[in-house]
Amino acid sequence: MFPTPFEGADPVLLARIQFAANISFHILFPTITIALGWFLLFFKLRYNATRQERWMDAYRLYVKVFALTFALGVVSGITMSFQFGTNWPGFMNAVGNIAGPLLAYEVLTAFFLEASFLGIMLFGFRRVKDWVHTLATFLVAFGTTISAFWILVLNSWMHTPAGFEMRDGVAHATDWFAIVFNPSMPYRLVHMLLASGLTCAFLVAGLSAYRWLRGDRGADVDVGLRTGVAVAAVLIPLQILAGDMHGLNTLQHQPAKVAAMEGNWTTGPNVPLVLFAVPNTAEKRNDFAIEIPNGASLILKHSPSGVVPGLDAFEGKHPPVAPVFYAFRVMVGTGMLMLVVAWFAAWLLWRRGGIGVWTARGLAAMTLSGWVATLAGWYVTEIGRQPWLVTGVLATADAASDVPVALIGSSLAIYLLLYAALIAAYVSVLFYLAGKPAAAMPEDAPKGKLIAASAAARI
Amino acid sequence: MALFGFEPDVWLPVAFAILMGASILAYVILDGYDLGVGILMGNATREERDVMVGSIGPFWDANETWLVLGIGLLLVAFPSAHGVILTALYLPVALMLVGLTLRGVAFEFRVKAQSGLREIWDRIFVAGSLLAAGTQGYMLGFYIMGFEPSFAAHAFAVLTGICLAAGYAFIGATWLVLKTEGALHDRAVGMARTCLWLAAIGMVAVSLATPIASPRIFAKWFSFPEIILLAPIPLVTAGLFLALWIFLRRMPRTDRSLDIVPFVGAVGLFALGFFGFAYSFYPYLVVDRITVWQAAAAPESLMLIFVGACVVLPVIVAYSAFAYWVFRGKATALRYD
Repeated sequence: MFPTPFEGADPVLLARIQFAANISFHILFPTITIALGWFLLFFKLRYNATRQERWMDAYRLYVKVFALTFALGVVSGITMSFQFGTNWPGFMNAVGNIAGPLLAYEVLTAFFLEASFLGIMLFGFRRVKDWVHTLATFLVAFGTTISAFWILVLNSWMHTPAGFEMRDGVAHATDWFAIVFNPSMPYRLVHMLLASGLTCAFLVAGLSAYRWLRGDRGADVDVGLRTGVAVAAVLIPLQILAGDMHGLNTLQHQPAKVAAMEGNWTTGPNVPLVLFAVPNTAEKRNDFAIEIPNGASLILKHSPSGVVPGLDAFEGKHPPVAPVFYAFRVMVGTGMLMLVVAWFAAWLLWRRGGIGVWTARGLAAMTLSGWVATLAGWYVTEIGRQPWLVTGVLATADAASDVPVALIGSSLAIYLLLYAALIAAYVSVLFYLAGKPAAAMPEDAPKGKLIAASAAARI
Repeated sequence: MALFGFEPDVWLPVAFAILMGASILAYVILDGYDLGVGILMGNATREERDVMVGSIGPFWDANETWLVLGIGLLLVAFPSAHGVILTALYLPVALMLVGLTLRGVAFEFRVKAQSGLREIWDRIFVAGSLLAAGTQGYMLGFYIMGFEPSFAAHAFAVLTGICLAAGYAFIGATWLVLKTEGALHDRAVGMARTCLWLAAIGMVAVSLATPIASPRIFAKWFSFPEIILLAPIPLVTAGLFLALWIFLRRMPRTDRSLDIVPFVGAVGLFALGFFGFAYSFYPYLVVDRITVWQAAAAPESLMLIFVGACVVLPVIVAYSAFAYWVFRGKATALRYD
């Protein structure tokens, strides 16, 4: 064999990077479509109730965003269905009896539903009765949410497996109710659905603010802005609450993950809350730490003297600390920023009837902030599950395939290039679509009028 | 639950093989025509391309879902075979996924991106369709050859790659005959005639190579009385080819109600070809190595999926039919309002 650039690389690590790249790329799009379907249904129902064109104009823009996003979700999802087997054959061999039915039910109850009614939702407005079109919109939204339900059941089961017994190294289901409603499932599902809602709220608010900044004062811009900001302002405190409860649930079932998230190296009382630090794995301590005394004990045990398990309790069996630690801070930091921006914009819209240029810029800059928080959150929970693929049942390294390193490496390089290009194209088209109505305005529109309008909106 | 005296661990793997086969056949027919339309777009004007995309626009997402179901069933019902088959086909699978990804996104980007980029996205759409079709054909050929790492096996796989792409282009052309009118309709008739020949070559090549590659398959077809019982399959197939050829020579017709005939004929050809293929390989999932029973998951889990599939699949078929009914008739360029 000729030497390859991947010689000596760890095949398990490459397989993990490849799977992580694919699943990270994939989740970007369902995160948007899960909630965007319900936004579309809301726009459609408002239109049905009021017959005001602005609701239908908003529907028409975001249905295009939905179509584009859904297509990216479908094609990256097909990749996933192949990679379960090619990258992790040990996964299906060990826990296929549980993962199999869950995946099958996702395809049967969700994928066909959303894909079939998508055509009617997108192109059927003039072909079917109005209520059929509204029903199609509902079924697409419902399908995406059902899909999220099944995949989060499976993912939660991998974190907190229940309702099974091991026979000859293979998991057999004993209680499907316990499998579906496993200990972390309700928390994870709520946390992810709220994440999708927030991602979408900031997307709609951000694109509306972008249009507003370009001088588009159409009634549908206003509708998008108000809907997006209102949903964001309501959901963000709920998400912080849900995240806290999910964290306590994790402490109960996966304490090593929480220890890595907190950067807590030693078990004991009076554990501080580390706001920022550089985890030093070699010395088993944090460098440059900024801490709140007793903070972690208070949050996790509701008492300053509460004993919190540290990484020393899980010697050799805890996840890598740095990525979990940093990703957790990126997620929480983005969430806090969302809280500030959403509430400030909501206050402006409510008390002053409009937003200013700087708030609009802030919202436009935060258009894809949901992606950042969602990805960071997934990294926390998935890297935090290591070294297990299924907690306590199957180690990640034992599930890897024996595909040659050169093959994994070269296909990884192709996927990475493709995904980078597609994300760039997606984001550029997103803003292009949003900018279109403004671009379509007559070139010689009096400039003074636009400034007057924006000044009026600021007051 | 015993069925006709057979225990679940005997009949469930067979039932799943049938379900999986049906899904793959549905995929090959449904995504086959929309991949075929994508390939034929390489030879069309800008206005024609809009109508061609319009003819597949409302359907392609659902069409590709049959692949997810087929591969999903392989994964959940026959996990060890999923690993063996997809590991052997690692590179063509990766390339197929790149092809499917490119065409799926180009489909959306071509109308939503800046208009100056439209030509480029159209080219990507054609290239992606061709890549997906070619790699699927390659995988079919390599699968028939039992993943044998020889030059002959790869060469045969390349041949089946070309022929499956031609087969898809053929069913795509018959779809255009059904869904378009005017000059594009007339041109689609010509495309269908050309692709019919290539598809026929492909089918003959696979039919000859399969029994040669496996003595077991040779015996399944050419021993007595099978040879008599199975004779209708190649005979009907040959008759269908001939009938399609004659019918296409007499098109275009003024009577629009017959526009569906070539597409129905193409579906018949795909179904017959698939039946012959399935008969040859059953009960093996990997040629002469892994049977459906050896690869099957635990019967309790399979039963759970089977019951769900029996309830849900008829519903899926019903609302798929509804979607096709909504978009019946000749296609136009797509409109979102």
